[in-house]
Amino acid sequence: MNDTIEIRWHGRGGQGAKTASLLLADAAFNTGKYVQGFPEYGPERMGAPITAYNRISTKRSTIHSNIYDPDYVVVDETLLNAVDVTAGLKQDGAIVINSGKSPQEIRPMLKGYKGRVCTIDAGKISEQELGKNFPNTPMLAAIVKVSGVVQADEFVKDMEASFQHKFASKPQVIEGNMRALKRSMEEVQEG
Amino acid sequence: MSIRERLSGNEAIAYAMKQINPDVMGAYPITPSTEIPQYFSTYVDNGEVDTEFIAVESEHSAMSTCIGAQAAGARAISATSSCGLIYMAEMLYVAASNRLPITLAVCCRALTGPINIHNDHSDAMSVGDAGWVMLFAENNQEAYDNYLQAMRIGEAVSLPVMICQDGFITSHAIENIELVETEKVKEFVGTYKPEHYLLKKGEPMAVGAFGMPAYSMESKRQQAQAMIDAKDVIRKVSDEFARMTGRQYGLIEKYRMDDAEEAIVIIGSSAGTARECIDALRAQGKKVGMVKVRSFRPFPAEDLVDALKNVKVFAAMDKDDSCNAHCGPLYAELCAAMYAAGVNGPKGINYIYGLGGRDVTVDSIGRVFAGLEEIAATGEVGETYRFLDVRE
Repeated sequence: MNDTIEIRWHGRGGQGAKTASLLLADAAFNTGKYVQGFPEYGPERMGAPITAYNRISTKRSTIHSNIYDPDYVVVDETLLNAVDVTAGLKQDGAIVINSGKSPQEIRPMLKGYKGRVCTIDAGKISEQELGKNFPNTPMLAAIVKVSGVVQADEFVKDMEASFQHKFASKPQVIEGNMRALKRSMEEVQEG
Repeated sequence: MSIRERLSGNEAIAYAMKQINPDVMGAYPITPSTEIPQYFSTYVDNGEVDTEFIAVESEHSAMSTCIGAQAAGARAISATSSCGLIYMAEMLYVAASNRLPITLAVCCRALTGPINIHNDHSDAMSVGDAGWVMLFAENNQEAYDNYLQAMRIGEAVSLPVMICQDGFITSHAIENIELVETEKVKEFVGTYKPEHYLLKKGEPMAVGAFGMPAYSMESKRQQAQAMIDAKDVIRKVSDEFARMTGRQYGLIEKYRMDDAEEAIVIIGSSAGTARECIDALRAQGKKVGMVKVRSFRPFPAEDLVDALKNVKVFAAMDKDDSCNAHCGPLYAELCAAMYAAGVNGPKGINYIYGLGGRDVTVDSIGRVFAGLEEIAATGEVGETYRFLDVRE
């Protein structure tokens, strides 16, 4: 792993990109890393495109600016035409897209991006395992798998502990989330 | 053992407040400081603190509440940003001139207009003459550490203290932080034992009295002396804090200044970004450095002169414009300090930067140093009133 991994999240207001970036910061923090997780606030409204960021490093990063040349981008398919999602994205990095399509189908929509293209149907997994469209958990699992920013087995163990804490009174939610997490790590496609 | 955590700047401030458990909070919400009273109110609701939380209808009333409580003999706190801070302005002067050591957390945000919720220092700088001690933080850790030191400083000189951090940039960014155990915090901060207060039995007193010309100026002179005295108090409290945590602060911080020929002087979160730029330029053999101003009030004139007297050229970075067709506040006071000390070797320029949340990147700071390098090479200062990264 490089000294600092930089990740940019593109989402829609109210759909959890900021929360997912904070969850990733938590997961990395719990494995001993230095983390930054921060949103770029605009004139916020539900459904409008928003951006959130992570810096994850082995020593404290002191930079307090947005991220323009990320190693990884995480994005919802519906934003591919609305936002220049691959702007500055490193060619040896990767983009992770919440989509039912294959990487081969998505790549032509990415303005000639040459790096790794990964897709995960986070909406479907979420609906099947949690009964609702909460794509955060599967998206988080997919970026962890693709980036290796946290070791997979450590991540699974850590998330189980945090779900047990968070949903102490709702054990069925813990199981659903854990299934969604593991499925996402298995089903994320790369091409 | 300190506690390893990850918190946003706002969470860190609210947590410090919880550890201190002050007597009264008077607060009115405004972005991006809203989370501070929001988080703190949950501590009140859960019974984790026994603070009297007074929700009011405006920032003017929030500060009035704090003034009344502190004058009565209580520790009073608040939090605000931007227009909220300048709506308090009248009462900020009342708090300071009545020598009430209230603690106010400020998440710095641009003043209107255009209407803007993002960071710059126009709110804090606009109340820079109100008589408050003003400490600025680079990150969540410093916001927390400054807050733990604020009451010690304010109560020692009977002045109110503003703990400023950059709105959103640090207030809403989760980063690693080392927290101090609550017992140690309580021991460090101690209890508030004012000599004079309204509820003191057997000592009737007036607060906020009328001052005729025959005495008003003496009152202001004493207030000025308190701010002068605050310099040493800040150093002493910082030293004691360092013995507890290992984290040393002063009025300023010097970064790679030992043999620096070109330096920037900066306040707040962009100092962290500048470190990265300076490290990269140093790796190319360039003699560059930074002076970060932690205490803007009292203004660290002697420390700044001492840090800068041997450089060839410096840039004072103002995240605020005084709209005076001349320069920003940091440059003005820094140049006054150099002139007063008879130091005229270094050439100095001013950059207005980061207004209304204009992102300040490592490359932005690189452009400042490129400008300084040109001045050092040619000896030509050119325009001193410059704007960084703006389309014109």
